[in-house]
Amino acid sequence: MVSFSHENRNLTAGLSGDIDHHNATAMRRLIDLEIKQHLPSEITLDFGDVTFMDSSGIGLILGRCRLMKEIGGKVKIRNTSEQIRKVIKLSGVDRITEVE
Amino acid sequence: MSVKDEIKISFPASSENECFARTAVSAFISRLDPHIDELADIRTAVSEAVTNAVVHAYRERGGMVYITVKIIRDRTVCIHIRDKGCGIEDIEQAMTPLFTTAHNEERSGLGFAVMESFMDSLSVRSKKGKGTCVCMKKKLQEKEITDGFS
Repeated sequence: MVSFSHENRNLTAGLSGDIDHHNATAMRRLIDLEIKQHLPSEITLDFGDVTFMDSSGIGLILGRCRLMKEIGGKVKIRNTSEQIRKVIKLSGVDRITEVE
Repeated sequence: MSVKDEIKISFPASSENECFARTAVSAFISRLDPHIDELADIRTAVSEAVTNAVVHAYRERGGMVYITVKIIRDRTVCIHIRDKGCGIEDIEQAMTPLFTTAHNEERSGLGFAVMESFMDSLSVRSKKGKGTCVCMKKKLQEKEITDGFS
């Protein structure tokens, strides 16, 4: 569901499977735990293995943006499919975070 | 409106069934051989409507969700998603992007905005204490006719 890798103070969270209301809660908990343990200066959410995302994924991104702001860090998004980009664009999240 | 095909499904309003609902609807529509983007749009819109039923209509306390999918002869897909939950007091407010009553759940308040944007039309009927019915339509692109040699 979520795998983590670290490089210097950059944390990458590799998300996989469907991101809907059912799965997002567990994903959020795992990511937040990792952030609080390692206090990274940057987290990259990698959507390369995500098979589906609805607006629950936007809640997940926005919540992590809030948490990273609290610790003085930032969020990057990468490897988004066309469907995911469409949801992200509709939400306006691409205006407050870097989408690679 | 000439209905070519129709299914009705009902299932408990649990978060596990959000995936079931979008998968069942897309499996039924797949017989029309829709474009992959059209199918993704419909899957996303269905997921949003069912999530609304689970999270808002029944406040995660359970109930039933009823889906009817009709395929009209001109390749229009008509989807009704109905619940017998708490109903929406102010539909206009509920449909305002970023409005949500479930802040602690990190809901983005974009459910209706996604449905509206990804489908051709969206209408919502609701009665407080009785439930909500979301009706969405999307006309699929005509299939390209090939000569079988290309």
